[in-house]
Amino acid sequence: MMDVLYFAWVRERVGLPKERIETGAATVRELVDELRAREPRYAAAFADESALRVAVDQELTDFDASLSDAREVAFFPPMTGG
Amino acid sequence: MDIRVQESPFSLGAEAESFAARQRGMGAVVTFTGIVRDLPGGMAHMEIEHYPGMTEAALRKIADEACGRWDLGDVLIIHRHGRLAPDDMIMMVATAARHRVAAFEAAEFLMDFLKSRAPFWKKEHLAEGAQWVAAKDEDEAALDRWAAKDPS
Repeated sequence: MMDVLYFAWVRERVGLPKERIETGAATVRELVDELRAREPRYAAAFADESALRVAVDQELTDFDASLSDAREVAFFPPMTGG
Repeated sequence: MDIRVQESPFSLGAEAESFAARQRGMGAVVTFTGIVRDLPGGMAHMEIEHYPGMTEAALRKIADEACGRWDLGDVLIIHRHGRLAPDDMIMMVATAARHRVAAFEAAEFLMDFLKSRAPFWKKEHLAEGAQWVAAKDEDEAALDRWAAKDPS
């Protein structure tokens, strides 16, 4: 089981901030492919990988990152702090 | 090091005063304050979303990196989230160093990194609807200059 979190417009497109999912995905990209295949709202949120950033266990990483032992994956647009 | 992520306003004067007063042997304190601008025109308010847990860790990591690159006595970062109005103060950083160049450079470094490496997202609420603020290419480019200057 893994917690998947969504922020900003990714959260709005998916329609929820957080969910627990059962997945066998080995990498972030495999997880994205699984999510996209679920429902159109996921396909819309994950349509353009280049518009998204990902954090695994609260560390920024990339879509090739491994999910072995990952507890939490978060997807969000490029950050706009400051 | 003092890192705070909070919804409530902060007093720039009180924070700068207490930060400066608690330093010992430092020759310089630099502060920077970010203020909400009504860029689109007619903005009612701005909503700042963040990633609780990761935000604090990311800010700490950025501050640690600054402390590794410059000889700093102390770092303060305060960043707000939630609903803010135009001209509200969003965030501040303060750096203390024995020499002013380190304090200035480190403050700029902190700002550059927390703009695009700390998990905050801004949404502008206008009369005609709301829009997420897009990240700017120049913010990403601002990080490159620090990579170029990296002595390692």
